[in-house]
Amino acid sequence: MSLSLGSGGSPFVASRMPSVSERTTRPVVTGTSVLGVKYAGGVMLAADTLASYGTMAKYKDARRLSAVNSKTLIGAGGEYSDFQEILHVLHEETLENKCTADSLYDEPHEDARETWNLLRAVMYGRRNKMDPLWNDLIVAGYSRGSDKPFLGFVDKIGTTYEDNIIATGFGSYLAIPLMREKYRPDLQEGEARALLEDCMRILFYRDCRALNRIQIAKVTPEDGVLISEPYELDTDWTSANVVSAQADLDGDGGW
Amino acid sequence: ELLSSHKKETQEAPHKYKQTRTHTRTHTHAHIHKKQHKIMRGSDDYDGRLKKGELSSGTTIMALSFEGGVILGADSRVSTGTYVASRTSDKIAQLHDTIWCCRSGSAADTQALTEYVRHFLAQQSIETGRPPLVKTAAHMMRRLCYENKGFLLAGVIVAGWDPVHGGSVYNVPIGGTCIKMPYALGGSGSGYIYGLVDAAYAENESPSKEEGLKLVHSSVAHAMARDGGSGGIIRTVTVTQDGNVKQVILGNQLPYGPSGL
Repeated sequence: MSLSLGSGGSPFVASRMPSVSERTTRPVVTGTSVLGVKYAGGVMLAADTLASYGTMAKYKDARRLSAVNSKTLIGAGGEYSDFQEILHVLHEETLENKCTADSLYDEPHEDARETWNLLRAVMYGRRNKMDPLWNDLIVAGYSRGSDKPFLGFVDKIGTTYEDNIIATGFGSYLAIPLMREKYRPDLQEGEARALLEDCMRILFYRDCRALNRIQIAKVTPEDGVLISEPYELDTDWTSANVVSAQADLDGDGGW
Repeated sequence: ELLSSHKKETQEAPHKYKQTRTHTRTHTHAHIHKKQHKIMRGSDDYDGRLKKGELSSGTTIMALSFEGGVILGADSRVSTGTYVASRTSDKIAQLHDTIWCCRSGSAADTQALTEYVRHFLAQQSIETGRPPLVKTAAHMMRRLCYENKGFLLAGVIVAGWDPVHGGSVYNVPIGGTCIKMPYALGGSGSGYIYGLVDAAYAENESPSKEEGLKLVHSSVAHAMARDGGSGGIIRTVTVTQDGNVKQVILGNQLPYGPSGL
């Protein structure tokens, strides 16, 4: 069997059907949940820095939140290599837009909603060729024509929606109920961050593929995109179950 | 009129199929179903012996013997697929006064096995008037695991102290082998720490109780840092002539944290 390099360039060329050697048939290196919430003054995303290799916690410093341009932030769960491909393509798109603008010195046209829509078209197109980019994406930022923040979701088959609260993967089961309870339109930045940290902590307890080392990122009109350095979350193990003797002869059976 | 003729046709056709092709049809159907099922399963279901949704003690377990006794250690994560059903479970079960076992694999299977062995050991101890040997407990476990190997998914480590042989560690992996060893590792997380434990033993062939405990804590912590099926807190039981000492290391006080820093 001979190895082949792809034709390069845009992976979105409709004419080419992928061969078995090229398409993602199952994810191998994967990221888990990404959370997003709007607050008064911007929009905030959270994700851990783990990329798992099956059941193994292999890459503990995998960055899953990334700035696409000065107004757009994306976070991804799912296959990490497909996320890197998406980032590459979006970065090229940003550069292309900048260079082909009327002037290099103009304010570049950067818009989170447009990025979200581009990703929708890309993901749906790949789905039609049975060659998906195996990711769940959250797009956050600001768009033209509105001073309100934007928060949207795209999945590997091109489903999209926008909301004030978004979570992918395990987060959609465990974090969404918590976020729904605490969300208010006038949420302050500190409260939003505490809410996301709390949800990431719960996910670390209850998701086998999660880590307690996380990143938080926000988009604000004044400062653009800011992504924190990764840091460790504190965890609580003092619940009563911990110390009681369950598996002893007079216990209840060991769990 | 059209409808009635259509009805007649459909009534005849299945009858014909039934006579000649039923057997092959069901056979292929089952074969396809099984294959699809296998593809959809994750990589951590031990070749399909865990039923869908069954609880697995994903796990890292170990036991080592030192001069005067044994130390058993385990993590505390029980998972259903990728959901952590319990983050504080107790996987070190007591079989008799100074005989314990570490459980890994299907939580249901190992709990049932533990209850059977407890029962047989208690019975024998009453009949003979003596505390049972660790060897006896290990071999009872082996009998059950071996003779029911098609139905079970259980890897256990039986360890303890008895007045005849002192401290002993027996590994009873899936399939029902029974091997006495100076130290034993088991569970999905054990693969990540073979190097660590082997190297520690190469340096120090007969650890003391304190050195042994430190090794158990450090090894289980390292396995928890890399295995998705292991996590939570570290439970240990130190068994000597004087009895049992149970200890817990909480998840935020681990010697090596899950994020590796």
